[in-house]
Amino acid sequence: MTSLTAKDKNTIKAFWAKISPNAAAIGADALGRMLVVYPQTKTYFSHWKDLSPGSAPVKKHGATVMGGVADAVTKIDNMTSGLLNLSELHAFTLRVDPANFKILAHNILVVFAIRLPNDFTPEVHVAVDKFLAALARALSEKYR
Amino acid sequence: MVEWTEKERAIITSIFSNLDYDDVGPKALSRCLIVYPWTQRYFAGFGNLYNAEAIKTNPNIQAHGTKVLHGLDRAVKNMDNIKATYAELSVLHSEKLHVDPDNFKLLADCLTIVIAAKMGSGFTPEIQATFQKFLAVVVSALGRQYH
Repeated sequence: MTSLTAKDKNTIKAFWAKISPNAAAIGADALGRMLVVYPQTKTYFSHWKDLSPGSAPVKKHGATVMGGVADAVTKIDNMTSGLLNLSELHAFTLRVDPANFKILAHNILVVFAIRLPNDFTPEVHVAVDKFLAALARALSEKYR
Repeated sequence: MVEWTEKERAIITSIFSNLDYDDVGPKALSRCLIVYPWTQRYFAGFGNLYNAEAIKTNPNIQAHGTKVLHGLDRAVKNMDNIKATYAELSVLHSEKLHVDPDNFKLLADCLTIVIAAKMGSGFTPEIQATFQKFLAVVVSALGRQYH
């Protein structure tokens, strides 16, 4: 897979500026959707009381996850080294199967389309898709 | 056999009866060609696909997007037998068009994004789940006759 071009990075930063005020809500929506549309992902949250969209644990965790994505945007020039700690967390503690990164990414894109239908153009879509794929690769770095 | 609840049938029928095929079809196909550029390999004879703008305004792509979307009508009308309904189309995509069936999922994802943009908050998690279930069945049926 290709790495991010300068144009991609500018597109991502510009789009991120538009969504960052609502990052927590976006994360909550994406996570909630993922748990409904891809029920197999619920296996990682068996310790939660309520996995429904809009529930307290979903809202809180959605915000956490989106905070990680925001962090990745600031480290977009070297995500592999910048996200080393997060990679170790996912590899050794959380042990999330990396296939799920793609699933969550898809749901983040759906929420972007819902909230910013005019800004989430195909050109922005491809840049963001590449970014989330690169982010997933950086998170998978320490797995094996 | 795929099981559909009454609610799921209603959701799918509703989405398609409110659909502007001439808008959504072209948008979904052009988005697919832009986001997953390797899919352009199947459209070599369609004219100018050099950049996003060219793809979005290409009349051949627009016409084809509408055609592909109408192809889903058959599934909507035959939800209890999508596999048989698409047997012939599956053979066509395999034998004549030589489309890698992995690409069907890419187009399905782009269609989901376009529908989400249109419906906004009306595209609830439940509706998204039903729509994606429907597309997954279609995608599976289209890949069924490959050998």
